[in-house]
Amino acid sequence: MKTLKNHLGLITSLVIVILIAIAPIVSGNAASREVVFTILRAIVLASSLNILLGYTGYVSFGHIVFFGFGGYVGFYLITAQGQSLWVAMLAGGVVSGLLAYLLGKAILRLRGAYFALATIGVNEAVRAFINNFEPFGGPTGMTMNFSVYQEYGGAMKALEMSFYIMLVLALLVVVLSYVVRTSKFGLGLLAIREDEDAAEVMGVVAPDAKTWAFVLSAIFPGMVGALFFFKNGSVEPLDAFPLHTSIEMIVMVMLGGQGTVLGPILGAAGYQRMRGLLVTSPIFKNIQLAVSGGLLLLIVLFVPAGVIGWARQRWPKLRRVLQ
Amino acid sequence: MMILQVQGVSKNFGGLQALSNVTFDLPEGQILGLIGPNGAGKTTLFNVINGVYTPSEGRVIFRGKDVTGQKTYHMAHAGMARTHQIVKPLNDLTVMENVMVGACFGRESHNLKKARQIAEEVLDFVGLAERAEQLAGSLNVGQKKRLEMARALASHPYLLLLDEVLAGLNPSEIAHMVDIVRRIREQGITIIMIEHVMHAIMNVSDRILVLDYGQQIAEGSPEEISQNPKVIEAYLGDPKLAERLMEGGE
Amino acid sequence: MDFILASLADGLLLGFIYGIAAMGLTLIWGVMNVINLAHGPIIALGMFTVYLLFTFLGIPPYLGVLLAAVFGLLLGIVIYVIAVQRVIDAPHLSSLLATFSVNMIIIGIGTAIFSTSPRNIDLQLWSISLGPVTLQGTRVVASFIAVLVTAGLYYFLYRTRQGKYIRAVANNRAAAELVGIPSNRVLALSFGIGAMLATIAGALIATFLPFNILAGGTYELKSFVIGVLGGLGNPVGALVGGLILGLLEGIVPTFTQTTWVPVIEFVLFVIILLVRPNGLFGAKQ
Repeated sequence: MKTLKNHLGLITSLVIVILIAIAPIVSGNAASREVVFTILRAIVLASSLNILLGYTGYVSFGHIVFFGFGGYVGFYLITAQGQSLWVAMLAGGVVSGLLAYLLGKAILRLRGAYFALATIGVNEAVRAFINNFEPFGGPTGMTMNFSVYQEYGGAMKALEMSFYIMLVLALLVVVLSYVVRTSKFGLGLLAIREDEDAAEVMGVVAPDAKTWAFVLSAIFPGMVGALFFFKNGSVEPLDAFPLHTSIEMIVMVMLGGQGTVLGPILGAAGYQRMRGLLVTSPIFKNIQLAVSGGLLLLIVLFVPAGVIGWARQRWPKLRRVLQ
Repeated sequence: MMILQVQGVSKNFGGLQALSNVTFDLPEGQILGLIGPNGAGKTTLFNVINGVYTPSEGRVIFRGKDVTGQKTYHMAHAGMARTHQIVKPLNDLTVMENVMVGACFGRESHNLKKARQIAEEVLDFVGLAERAEQLAGSLNVGQKKRLEMARALASHPYLLLLDEVLAGLNPSEIAHMVDIVRRIREQGITIIMIEHVMHAIMNVSDRILVLDYGQQIAEGSPEEISQNPKVIEAYLGDPKLAERLMEGGE
Repeated sequence: MDFILASLADGLLLGFIYGIAAMGLTLIWGVMNVINLAHGPIIALGMFTVYLLFTFLGIPPYLGVLLAAVFGLLLGIVIYVIAVQRVIDAPHLSSLLATFSVNMIIIGIGTAIFSTSPRNIDLQLWSISLGPVTLQGTRVVASFIAVLVTAGLYYFLYRTRQGKYIRAVANNRAAAELVGIPSNRVLALSFGIGAMLATIAGALIATFLPFNILAGGTYELKSFVIGVLGGLGNPVGALVGGLILGLLEGIVPTFTQTTWVPVIEFVLFVIILLVRPNGLFGAKQ
């Protein structure tokens, strides 16, 4: 009982993810499952980014590169090498983590806006490269033969299975996010976020800690990329590396509250819901991007701590639950 | 045993010679006062000692090991801790978490549980125990100085570098802080402190080192230093004013 | 050989225009340490200003460029007041996101009104032939205007009171405020000028290349590359960086496919950020 109480923050977050996913599980409705699939994907991406952005204080504007790169590698393994989805996902996570490790060694030396610019550069460079890379289909990308799904009991079954895998990934990423947040490693990251020089003077080995935070924030996006494009049936450079989605990830983290476990979950769910409503609304359909932009501006200007950050300031007693 | 040996250390930034040929040995358990006019290179010397800068020339030897050019975190692991002239609290973390960082990542590298225990002791020692769960950003200047001190102490260092911990404090806070410094020494921790509050540093130091324009112009006991004409001249160029300073006026 | 010369000449002419687009970005960065992520959409608005004035009101494109400049100046000031002013001293993330939200707003509304179908002004001017190289009049005039704008910016920054204020604030805002320079007004003006350079660049590009509302994005990314090449905050560096990029775009297609240009550009970009963050001509750190 005592341990449960100690991890109230984790339990709250996991329960909320399950609640978000419960409707299609109960009803079995395929359309609703698609909607929730997108939300779960957003939760994984936002929570992963939060490890770097929220805990470590480094703003990656090109984080989608890990989604795209993992997605491409996974897709290639399935279609060209005949590997299973499991191998593809594992590989997607590993190569994205590896890419992050190598990149991190190089660009995490940059601080502030210079780091943000470098991440944009990396995303664009990788996209432009893949655009020219013939084994991955160049600008037209790759498509999957429908027969691949047979192995998983047909296309319908494969879609349903993808949903549950995404749910598991979302729950795992929440656990990871919580474990990092409450660990000694996480304390070091928070110290770096607040003042990197002071943290180093106290003994935090910032170059290593930042690199590992970057790696941890890249693994799940890589796995999700592999899963997403498996379900999608095709992959092309514009879908895999959309700079816009990168920034939407930041918006979700900011909306919910950077540096908290629950914030990115609520931010991702809230942002996707809102987007869904705007896209289907006859009035806002065409200007949904502008409305999202306006909302983002309001958050940045007036609630920079995000919903959870604000609630934690407002009601300090709730801090144990809202982590 | 010498805990720290600084041998012929120079540091220049572009054309500016911030330190030239500074040499001294510091025996274990002493308090060394580091004084000098503004811009004399005192903080630069700290930065060279704890690895913020690599010296242009010379060597720094800590506990018998050459540590020249090591990073700040290496120095922290080796048992050196410091405070900053301009305080650097981790604003959005609690006071407790700030101090735990020192205990977790410093010389002894504790786990979170043990770190919390040490942090509690240290916060009690510097008188911040009631503020443990407050955000560090919400402290006032005097409290932030004590927080810096607590963070440094939580790593259980062999050598503590204190950069103007008395600046900006009122007389009663100064008295409290001087008391804390004395008690730290009683625990066997060696201290180098930069200070402008003369009566305090003259009182508490075993030896004093005087820097002026990056040059080491004098070294000796507080009595010797306060009578050294070179020091008095360097200090203000006006012996009378300097005298007043030596007598302890701020 | 002929092909190389022609390609180089085109690249060089385009380089002048890249240069002023980047100058706008780098001026804002130099003065207030804000990376304006709405730079691309502002460039696109410059394109549309000339296009709309020409298509619906029959206003000649080069007069349109002038009007686009005025529009850009005002737009920049408005953006500064609404979105940037409050976050100017906040962490970088805030100003990056604030300007990015302006980007989303402009693109969102722009797409709704203009869709993303390509537009074209189709201005026909003379052309000159120099041996194997044929220079199109529109490109020559556009780069000539770009040079004039650069000269004008220099005159403004170094010879006028407002310009000197801007340089003072860029150098040290706190000190400038101490001597009584109205820093907030100067910042607003700088943002306005930065946006003005963007709309001018867009307007000039529109006179000889097709475009749509999203077209600014490419030039924004190029501006980042150029800004970093020349040193962020350094307007002359921006012009030189623009020419380098233009030349690069002229040279690369002569030995490989054009699609490799962005790969080379962005790899170069990241490398320069890492080894010379102050630009090729800036002081080494």
